[in-house]
Amino acid sequence: MRIKKTLKGLYAMWYREFKVFQREKSRVISSLFLPLLWFFIFGGSMGSMTTMGDNYKIFIFPGFLVMTIIFASMFNGAYIVWDKKVDFLKEVLIAPHSRSVAFFGKTLGGMTDCLLQSYILMFIGIFLKIPYTPVSFLLSMFLLFALAIGLVGMGLILGSFMDSPEGFGLISSLVVYPLFLFSGALYPLDKLPAWLKIITHIDPATYAVDGLRNVILGTSTHSFLFNLAVIACFDIFFVIAGTWAFKRMKL
Amino acid sequence: MGLSLTKILYMCIISVMNIIEIKNLTKKYEKITVVDDISLSIQKGEIFGLLGPNGAGKTTTLMMLSTLLKPSSGSAVINGFDVLKNPLEVRDSIGMVFQDPSSDTVLTAYENLKLHALLYDVPMKEIDARIEKVMTLVELNGKKHDIVKKYSGGMRRRMEIARGLLHEPGIFFLDEPTIGLDPQTREHIWQYIESLSRNNGMTIILTTHYMEEAEKLCNRIAIIDHGKIIALDSPKNLIASLGGDIVVLRGADAYIDENKLSFKVQAKKLDGCLKITLKDMNKNLQELLNNAKSVEAVEVHSANLNDVFLHYTGRDIRDENGEEETDDED
Repeated sequence: MRIKKTLKGLYAMWYREFKVFQREKSRVISSLFLPLLWFFIFGGSMGSMTTMGDNYKIFIFPGFLVMTIIFASMFNGAYIVWDKKVDFLKEVLIAPHSRSVAFFGKTLGGMTDCLLQSYILMFIGIFLKIPYTPVSFLLSMFLLFALAIGLVGMGLILGSFMDSPEGFGLISSLVVYPLFLFSGALYPLDKLPAWLKIITHIDPATYAVDGLRNVILGTSTHSFLFNLAVIACFDIFFVIAGTWAFKRMKL
Repeated sequence: MGLSLTKILYMCIISVMNIIEIKNLTKKYEKITVVDDISLSIQKGEIFGLLGPNGAGKTTTLMMLSTLLKPSSGSAVINGFDVLKNPLEVRDSIGMVFQDPSSDTVLTAYENLKLHALLYDVPMKEIDARIEKVMTLVELNGKKHDIVKKYSGGMRRRMEIARGLLHEPGIFFLDEPTIGLDPQTREHIWQYIESLSRNNGMTIILTTHYMEEAEKLCNRIAIIDHGKIIALDSPKNLIASLGGDIVVLRGADAYIDENKLSFKVQAKKLDGCLKITLKDMNKNLQELLNNAKSVEAVEVHSANLNDVFLHYTGRDIRDENGEEETDDED
């Protein structure tokens, strides 16, 4: 009975996130527009400076799949501030479920949101001549799924600590952009200066970008399994930290 | 057989016991004590009111009873469950309507209610029928598929009351249920609350700073000021305890020569007037007025809860209210 109840609670949380996502179509469009802008303008212009030419666009494409997840997950987390402000969070926390159910429900909702956006971009990639194979397509989807667990968790933790929407800008400049720019999304990892190399190795997004390049382009620094394992560790850490953060969260 | 017997026994115990038992409940924030050593018990089926000015600690008390806030000390047992030891069971036993709206404005009313039903494990097959039932009760069934953003404040409150009832709780907390509503809607909500208690035997605890609300609805009232219960009884008894009616003498220098009176009065000076509690109004009013000096105007009314509050605190309950909407209790 307890299990059924918990599953229903999770479904309830997911149901809400999904309905909100459905209503806010502008968010989906803008989340796809930004990576495509980078792909064509940055990819096209920088590519013309390098020996890679048009291949540069293809090289940085996996970075944008990761970028959609970074953006969507962090803003999904920051959305908790809004829930606090409109007091919707009280309605959730007063329900007869533990705080961890609230955390997992929110994670499921956030993941749906992130992954739909990222998968749509992946699909658009077919028309941008990204050299997928059926296997690489599925493996990429799986890797993005794994990345989304940890990043959504991380976003929710940040959101649970925030009290006011003023923190939005801070998250954007201190978390979202560093995660993206240090991930090696725009450059190969091998020839970096030492200080930059260290930072890229702390950034979980690095392993996602590298793993995606491994399966889609066949060029990478680490193996697919190594990348996946690092992301899995990162997931475990953020799920545990997230449940803790939700337990201590005050209204 | 054995099992059912224990169950029956348990139910008997619950029905005799108080459904809510609060002992020495206290909430402190660093140096400020918001709720100060409150003890009270509430019986099943009662409509119980926490009456006091804004900031008196009413909302904080409800937040502790509903497990959203941890008490600094003391205990509260609700429906046989301790708020600290069994928070999930406590939350399962209660329904709550918060002072500030807590529904998602992007969703429709139906979706908000469905979400609630899922969270409270209402059987899937019953969800739609129950939503229809509670939304009909608050006369919003025709508008249930509208986005909540389009609702007026009163409609949203009614919708949230409906939502609180959806899982058929035995205990219902209402935090300032009619704050900021027009008189008609207020009257409506009072009727719902009364019928819930009468027809369903629901125990209702509400906070309010409206005298009429407390007086009209509640079986018993605890008057709270600065986090303390200063009086607790039925509205009738509280008013009767004043032992008279109220005479207000307006005038900055108004005073009564009490020595010349053949009876005793209680007089309190309150910004620009003198408030007097007077026994046997018909007999004594003339004599009182004969001994009053520097009076500009006279006002007479039968005692109400505001006078009770004034009696215990020396202040008017409305003093600190200012705007009704601005309320920061936690």
